Amino acid sequence: MIEIKNIKKSFGEKVVLKEVSAVMEPGKCNLIIGSSGSGKTVLMKCIVGLMQPTEGEVIYNGKNYITMSLEEKKAIRKEIGMLFQGSALFDSQTVEQNVIFPLDMFSTDKYAVKRKRVKEVLDRVHLAEDAYKKFPSEISGGMQKRVALARAIVLNPKYLFCDEPNSGLDPQTSIVIDKLIKEITEEYETTTIMNTHDMNSVMEIGDHIVYMHQGTKEWEGTNKEIIYSDNQKLNEFIFASQFLQDAKHMRMIQETGEIPKNVHDDVRDALEEKFNTDMDGDGIVGSPAE
Amino acid sequence: MKILREFGEYIKMFKGMFRMPENRSMYWRQFMLQCNDIGIGSLGIISIISVFIGAVSTVQTAYQLVSPIIPKTTIAQIVRDTVILEFAPTLGCIVLAGVVGSKIASELGNMRVSEQIDALEIMGINTKAYLILPKILAGVVTIPLLIIIAMVLGIVGGRIAGSAAGIIDPSIYDNGLLMNFNGYNVFFALTKSFVFAFLITSVPSFYGYHVKGGALEIGRSSTRAVVVSCVLLLLADYILSALML
Repeated sequence: MIEIKNIKKSFGEKVVLKEVSAVMEPGKCNLIIGSSGSGKTVLMKCIVGLMQPTEGEVIYNGKNYITMSLEEKKAIRKEIGMLFQGSALFDSQTVEQNVIFPLDMFSTDKYAVKRKRVKEVLDRVHLAEDAYKKFPSEISGGMQKRVALARAIVLNPKYLFCDEPNSGLDPQTSIVIDKLIKEITEEYETTTIMNTHDMNSVMEIGDHIVYMHQGTKEWEGTNKEIIYSDNQKLNEFIFASQFLQDAKHMRMIQETGEIPKNVHDDVRDALEEKFNTDMDGDGIVGSPAE
Repeated sequence: MKILREFGEYIKMFKGMFRMPENRSMYWRQFMLQCNDIGIGSLGIISIISVFIGAVSTVQTAYQLVSPIIPKTTIAQIVRDTVILEFAPTLGCIVLAGVVGSKIASELGNMRVSEQIDALEIMGINTKAYLILPKILAGVVTIPLLIIIAMVLGIVGGRIAGSAAGIIDPSIYDNGLLMNFNGYNVFFALTKSFVFAFLITSVPSFYGYHVKGGALEIGRSSTRAVVVSCVLLLLADYILSALML
């Protein structure tokens, strides 16, 4: 289990994280959501140890990562797999070499065993065999993400971190990657922590969701609870995204017949256009046109 | 202040670099890869430059030694000593600072920007030891070898040019090479090349490893790495000459 307690991070005068606390549920897909600049990437980097928090604790199985010895940190890192936003594949190595790299570095298995494992994980992410000898620059963004995911799970990690895995992908490929992450989480029983601002991901795979807003944890709950949340800032974020907009809007219309007044003008315009409804700026809505 | 801060960070870079490797064979492979990149990869340009430097030295020395009382063997002696003492180690390393330095800075910069270094860190790999140390060691091993080759080719280039231009007969040139030869000059040149090799691999590694931003910053850090390496190299050249000659 990963627990973060009162994490604070500042760069000079600028405070990016303000005493964030959360518990990442083991064996589940934990999603950190929020708009750009909300601090979710910094939070993830603090959890994995790529950044040192200014204050607070990151607890892995009851031990504070920040105060651990170098050897203990190394041991934890061997249990971590991470899928980076830009895949972070090694340019000079082929797909196969990228995936075998962690095994070469840390495993004492024979080459044939390592190759078998590489094939196993590349098959798991549904990568065609003809791509094995290609370089990252020769394959598509979606394939790069699959390879990066295969590399992240090749050592059977306990913890899987995904930093905006859908960034730069088309919606269909994003869904495929989301499903893969969900399946791998269940199959390998990993504690997955994923940064995203894609609401499709929230509904598809989010077991436990942490919503960040301007460096603070604004809301925490499940993907079922998010629909019925009354948190104003979360709702603003949700309304700005396409996927939950309809569900949320329908519920509001059914229950109150109004659109919240705090919704941004652009979003209000989009809603009017989408539902073909004249609200005359007074927030009163009629029946949505089908 | 910025220079002092950078210097402090440069020194700090070496802290933590000398730890037990996670897997010795992987580090050895990385070292050999770097030896190939830095050594074999720079052999062509060093060879071309050395031959021409030797050739030009012979022609220009002959042009300046107009007195009939100065024996022609002096041309060979001057070419030999200037090539060994200065042209091969200093000019050769300045060229290598451009070729090798920019490559190291841009390679590490690209790895930093595209999060490849973070990916290695997450795996629990000591990135300074895995990425920087093999480059420095490979440079310290291969660059002095390149400089020895540059010395030989520079002197041979001078011989060919002297003969081709009718300035000096090859046998006279050969005799000149053997006259008043001081082995300490080679020792001095090799000492310089070790120091220069360290500078032209560690300074670009520092700038590349600490890049922040995007493609523009990679270019900037690469340029800065070459400029700083060259300046430090010339400063070291002066200090070593003052101390050792």
